[in-house]
Amino acid sequence: MNYVLRHPGDIAWRTLEHVELVAIALVIACAIALPLGVLVARKRRIGDAILAALNIVYTIPSLAIFALLIPLFGIGTFTAIVALVAYSQMILVRNVAVGLRGVPFALTDAARGLGMSAWQSLWRVELPQALPVILGGVRLATITLIALATLASWINAGGLGTLILYGLQHDDPIRALAGSVIAALLAIAANTGFHVLERRTAIERGGH
Amino acid sequence: MTATQRNDTLGASVGIRDVAVRYPGTTHDAVAGVSLDVPAGALVVLLGPSGCGKSTLLRTINRLVVPQRGSVEVDGRDVAEGAPEALRRGIGYVIQAVGLFPHLSVAQNIAVVPELLGWETAAIVARVDELLGLVRLDPERYRERFPRELSGGEQQRVGVARALAARPRVLLMDEPFGAVDAIVRQALQDETLRIHQALGTTILFVTHDVDEALRIADRIVVMKDGRIEQDDTPLHVLAKPATPYVAALLDAHDTVRRLQLLHARDAMLPGGADSPGPGASSVAPDESLRSVLAHLLDGAERVAVIEDGCTLGSISFAEIRRAIAASAA
Ligand SMILES: Nc1ncnc2c1ncn2[C@@H]1O[C@H](COP(=O)(O)OP(=O)(O)OP(=O)(O)O)[C@@H](O)[C@H]1O
Ligand SMILES: [Mg+2]
Repeated sequence: MNYVLRHPGDIAWRTLEHVELVAIALVIACAIALPLGVLVARKRRIGDAILAALNIVYTIPSLAIFALLIPLFGIGTFTAIVALVAYSQMILVRNVAVGLRGVPFALTDAARGLGMSAWQSLWRVELPQALPVILGGVRLATITLIALATLASWINAGGLGTLILYGLQHDDPIRALAGSVIAALLAIAANTGFHVLERRTAIERGGH
Repeated sequence: MTATQRNDTLGASVGIRDVAVRYPGTTHDAVAGVSLDVPAGALVVLLGPSGCGKSTLLRTINRLVVPQRGSVEVDGRDVAEGAPEALRRGIGYVIQAVGLFPHLSVAQNIAVVPELLGWETAAIVARVDELLGLVRLDPERYRERFPRELSGGEQQRVGVARALAARPRVLLMDEPFGAVDAIVRQALQDETLRIHQALGTTILFVTHDVDEALRIADRIVVMKDGRIEQDDTPLHVLAKPATPYVAALLDAHDTVRRLQLLHARDAMLPGGADSPGPGASSVAPDESLRSVLAHLLDGAERVAVIEDGCTLGSISFAEIRRAIAASAA
């Protein structure tokens, strides 16, 4: 308990760093995944190719993805964010595409029949309708990223992994445990938060 | 309904010339050369069995389907000219699946087209309430509800209100009341007739329900395998089917037989003040509506119902339609 009691500031700082890492990666990842997901939903041929490529990224062992990026971007926060973004694309893009493909024909037909352009239909009808599924993807991606970000400390990008790594290397199990437990709590909190949002949007859309 | 409102939405004519549609990957035409002239303000029903091409033909009018051959004109303008979105915003469209947007309130659903057209917020708000009134839903109670909080019949009403929002001059209705029970369906048919009369909108109405067609149509277009079998008044379709197919269609629905079983007495409009002149058609109260129909077909506007020299009432085709509808429910 010594470490926790003596360095609350350190723990808070690393937690903040961790959240920041995940949040930045998540925002960038969503910004990329949204158009990609739309493309996958609309164009079957290109879509399958994109999903196959993302699947390959997804199957790379998580630590290896950090290692693979070092020759390209060096070590540090930037590389960590690139890795996190790449890793979460599979989940996000697939959910955007599945969500869009699941929009009932009656709704897209009504949207077109009322005179919406393809864009208006997408923004006003299809994306709002797919929102519960998309949020499900964001939830999964977030908890995956919270876990994955603990590895960022290996390439000097900070976060809770710093506590874990230091604890393991310097025989300080309490410090390692503190890092792990907080990461787990973050994941649970994110999971619960997004789950509530997901349920609410699903019920609004007539789901259960 | 004031005179100015009526003028706003006076119907447009629809002209379909030799239209053929073949879907990709199929070997026969879904619509195989159809020509149809719908005058402004008419209520024309497309009637036929599943798969005969009714929806496809309807969807060529708002260009949701682009024909391989032929042309479609609305108000004398080829629908292929200009942006399809602009065309569709001027044509109301109601579908069986309703297609209300679940994440939008009733008011927001109805406001979709006015919003696309860039109406002022105040005008939209007023229009939403006006339309809810038109389809007989209390604005106070229904405005803020979501589609999931409505019954099937109420959803259909909102679907009609949404289609009418921007005062379209043509309204396309594709089996709009197929998913509700017979009682609600009749109420909605009545509303459609009332709205048609009040607004003067041209309506093309798709159904495979013979009774529905007989009840509401100015004109019935019977389709089969992508072609028109008969294009005529309900009276003629009922009494003088042009082809064995049309006869069989009516037969299958038992319509003619039901007319045989209904009596003039039960269908007539009571009252004999304006007694018919000599030579006018008349029937006895116990005669079947089938024979009344024969008189109407000979050119009589109304047939008097006479017993012991007294006129009890009279029957026009409107009364026959009502009787058919009542016997169907
Ligand atoms: N998108 C499509 N792709 C391929 N074939 C289609 C498509 N839509 C309709 N068809 C076919 O075209 C024909 C006419 O279909 P349409 O939907 O116009 O019939 P309908 O008269 O409206 O039938 P229903 O009463 O069942 O709605 C049918 O054989 C149908 O299978
Ligand atoms: Mg159809």
